[in-house]
Amino acid sequence: MNHLYARRRRRNGIMMGLSLGATLLGLGWLVVILAVLLWEGFSGLSLAVFTEMTPPPGASGGLLNPIVGSLILTILAVVIGTPIGMLAGTYMAEYGRHDRLTSVVRFINDILLSAPSIVVGLFIYEVMVAPMGHFSGLAGAVALAVIVIPVVVRTTEDMLILVPNQLREAAAALGTPRAFVITTVCYRAAKAGMITGVLLATARISGETAPLLFTALNNQFWSTNLNAPMASLPTVIFQFALSPYKDWQMLAWTGALIITFTVLALSIVARALTASSKQS
Amino acid sequence: MQVHQEGSVVDVALQSGVVEGYDVAARAKALSRLRGIDIVFRVLTRASALGVLIILGGVIISLIDGSLPALRTFGLNFLIEERWNPVTEKFGAIAPIYGTLVTSFIAMVIAVPIGLLIAVFLTELCPMFLRRPIGIAIELLAGIPSIIYGIWGLFVFAPFLQETLQPFLIATFGNVPVLSALFAGPPYGIGMLTAGLILAIMVLPFVTSISRDVFDAVPPVLKEAAYGIGCTTWEVVRYVVLPYTRVGVIGGVMLGLGRALGETMAVTFVIGNAHKVSSSLLAPGTTISATIANEFTEAVGDLYTSSLIALGLILFVITFIVLAIARYMLLRIERRIG
Repeated sequence: MNHLYARRRRRNGIMMGLSLGATLLGLGWLVVILAVLLWEGFSGLSLAVFTEMTPPPGASGGLLNPIVGSLILTILAVVIGTPIGMLAGTYMAEYGRHDRLTSVVRFINDILLSAPSIVVGLFIYEVMVAPMGHFSGLAGAVALAVIVIPVVVRTTEDMLILVPNQLREAAAALGTPRAFVITTVCYRAAKAGMITGVLLATARISGETAPLLFTALNNQFWSTNLNAPMASLPTVIFQFALSPYKDWQMLAWTGALIITFTVLALSIVARALTASSKQS
Repeated sequence: MQVHQEGSVVDVALQSGVVEGYDVAARAKALSRLRGIDIVFRVLTRASALGVLIILGGVIISLIDGSLPALRTFGLNFLIEERWNPVTEKFGAIAPIYGTLVTSFIAMVIAVPIGLLIAVFLTELCPMFLRRPIGIAIELLAGIPSIIYGIWGLFVFAPFLQETLQPFLIATFGNVPVLSALFAGPPYGIGMLTAGLILAIMVLPFVTSISRDVFDAVPPVLKEAAYGIGCTTWEVVRYVVLPYTRVGVIGGVMLGLGRALGETMAVTFVIGNAHKVSSSLLAPGTTISATIANEFTEAVGDLYTSSLIALGLILFVITFIVLAIARYMLLRIERRIG
């Protein structure tokens, strides 16, 4: 009897030790990746990075045009994708909470949420780049918007479902039309969660590379023309990191540092926002 | 804010002077305007919801349309041929498909047990005050853009493997019959094993966070009953938690698999881009997404482009099936716990 008990305890100890080890391993990777990024990225970080254009190999320069390009593409994508996503999420949570269309859309949306982003790039190439005959910043922004939509749909629906029905009923009892119940009562109650969704979507697309490779392409020079190829940080990192030039590789690390900390900051702010709204 | 004021009661709107006059005609006019806004809003939201379906339809149609020339030329042979020759315009997809499946398989073999163990730690062992921070830290791994994993893999991880793990594997398994084929050839650093390992790190957070969520949803009564008859923590996990949450865990694993199959940038950096089916995990290979990312902008000729889009179609079909199964499984457990 004692023997059996000892064996069970030993097995328990081993498995629990393994699970502690697995957790340390997971956290360890995060630390290692961030440490390498800081180490490699900081050595190249200087004012020139934010004020000069991408250099030809061998010359010095910065990342001004890809940074600006990334900002334009990301903001445009969020501006295009957010309203569509919010409206779709609104339909699913408010008008058609129990109808067939909603359950189909929810299923498809969840699949789009994790669909390979490179396929989105191919899609936009087929519907925008090929017919227009040239790569363009606009196509890149639309490709990113396609990635934004499912994220926003999901969070909007989840947050609106959490709004208590009494609020809607109270507003309706005052004679408020449905559209105004939703926009003035439900949206306000769900505001923090919906902003979180938009922030998470922004974080997601600011590091996306694959859908930009053959939509916005890349641009060595300063360009804010949406109808022409546009530089973006991820594509520049891709190009520079795979190049044999040391200067370019260093700029790639610096760009990687900038992107990572932007993304991490966005997702931490998003989480803090939901945490504080849950407590209140 | 104008809208908001109008949006309260019609009477209030009239009285507050937004709409002039207080007679029946004005009242009717205000009411019909509100109804108009209401209908427009409803139609807009419904159209947007349909828009999600249209996006999916658009993706499928455009991929099929784009890959038609290649499929017409090569037929079903496209799926089983290994050759990939842009000069003679002969293309076959088996090497990228093989690479995609092998790297994802390596990733899942490593990420699933580790992810489950972390979930066990977070739900059973971890002190309460540490649960949220550790959970968030693991989820931050999922937030790091894949290109970062790529650059890190290329400059740090691959050289590290080249000097440590790979020579060790070659030396250890070099004379073991079956395994020697798996670990043959020189240690390049880059290759399918490296890509699989990086994918494992990338899908780990997905497996972890979903398993943790479903583990958390196990009714405490069940666990307490098991503890009550003297089970150890491991026995509770093994005989109560896991059987109860099996469907959800499988859903989470499939979701991670969907990610691994479609992951592009991290793999592109370290896979080596060789269109070759090789039994050795240390050899460079290619995946569907890496092939598209590497070659699409340089592809000349309709047939080349079309073959790449056909690869995209294959990838989309595979991930769609995997993700659909994942969602179905997760829906089932949601209903049960629900």
